[in-house]
Amino acid sequence: MREIPVAKIVETVKGLCIEAACNLPEDVEELIKNNQVKEESEFGKYIFEQIIENVKLAREEKQAMCQDTGITVVYLELGQDVHITGGSLTDAIHEGVRQGYQEGFLRKSVVDDPVFLRKNTGDNTPAVIHTEVVSGDHLKIMIVPKGAGSENMGALKMLKPSDGIEGIKDFILKTVREAGGNPCPPIIVGVGIGGTMEKATMLAKRSLTRKAREHNPDQNYKALEEELLEKINLSGIGPQGLGGRVTALAVNIEAFPTHIATLPVAVNLNCHASRHSEAIL
Amino acid sequence: MAGIKKVTTPISAEQIRDLKAGDRVAITGVIYTGRDAAHKNLVNLLAEGQPLPVELENQIIYYVGPTPAKPGQAIGSCGPTTSGRMDAYAPLLIKLGLKGMIGKGPRNAKVISAMKEHGAVYFAAIGGAAAVIAQSVKKAEVIAFPELGPEAIHRLEVEDFPCIVAIDSAGNDLYESGLEQYRLS
Repeated sequence: MREIPVAKIVETVKGLCIEAACNLPEDVEELIKNNQVKEESEFGKYIFEQIIENVKLAREEKQAMCQDTGITVVYLELGQDVHITGGSLTDAIHEGVRQGYQEGFLRKSVVDDPVFLRKNTGDNTPAVIHTEVVSGDHLKIMIVPKGAGSENMGALKMLKPSDGIEGIKDFILKTVREAGGNPCPPIIVGVGIGGTMEKATMLAKRSLTRKAREHNPDQNYKALEEELLEKINLSGIGPQGLGGRVTALAVNIEAFPTHIATLPVAVNLNCHASRHSEAIL
Repeated sequence: MAGIKKVTTPISAEQIRDLKAGDRVAITGVIYTGRDAAHKNLVNLLAEGQPLPVELENQIIYYVGPTPAKPGQAIGSCGPTTSGRMDAYAPLLIKLGLKGMIGKGPRNAKVISAMKEHGAVYFAAIGGAAAVIAQSVKKAEVIAFPELGPEAIHRLEVEDFPCIVAIDSAGNDLYESGLEQYRLS
């Protein structure tokens, strides 16, 4: 059984939080640049220029590219042959987030109670942690800081099987249209279909971390991704919602087997700053 | 997208009238930050008949919660937040003399109606371009509600702060006209 000390996890999470906030993955940057040439509106072109300049500046200065450095979503892939030593895994993640947001000059954006007190916890904890136990002796940590501007525009619908593919398309397009300029377009549209209520939302969020320009390996879903992207970009919403050709950079669909009586569809939107970072211990 | 119009604060009625949806502008002077919690506090103070910690007449509020400044910086990253969340509070502040708001995303009919009635402008800054925007902020200090952390009201001194007139004082709305211009289905 392989041992991983909590101190190593704290250090890794700390670094990943800062990395994710300041350094946009290069494949996402490339995706933004590839879409810049498609934009026709003058404001749209100007906005693309500013976004690309901002990515560069944030990386060089090691500064947050967006002031909303998010609530911290953490994906753990924990090998079943790993033994975490020296403390609790959950505590280590939170300590890493605490240190990362402090030392990286990131914004603390979490309130303790969602309804009554809404007092800032002051250190961006707690994080939202999703753990999957897998075979092997590694620990993979992925950090996804999620801003609320785009998160607020997501939606879930429990469709009936008879609503079919048209029902799915209508719901996704309606969600994107209603979001308009709020989620900081050009956006990445994450879609989860199937499973149960919570499974669909998990798939939608996870799809946002897919490598740029990769499609669902299933040809049916790939075609649906392409069709939806084309339709979304006919909406006219454009960069920042001020009108233009490029409303979305990608549509990522993930599917999962579901119950005979249901067809859950979740849409989770991400702004152009599709931030994530990962490490394998 | 012609030339860039200069706007200085406090903003005059004449400047307001001159600004049209679709103008690019550069704002210089003092602006105040405020977002969800600060707006709620301001409106609560008004309901209690208490004075506000900041004089809003002819001023601009920027919907932002910045990241902490690094040593040597005036402010951290400071791009706009979604303005729609302030729609519930904005008409009251406009009635009190607030002349400008900076944020991102569309506003509702009540806000636009108050803007037309009292002569106010809504500017869009580029969401996500927070490190670039920070370069136009020369000085920042917290002047109210420090307990709110990033949501405290800051007084910012800005120089050529870049934005776009999204909704003008006649109610022309770039979020609607821009979308219509490029909508294909």
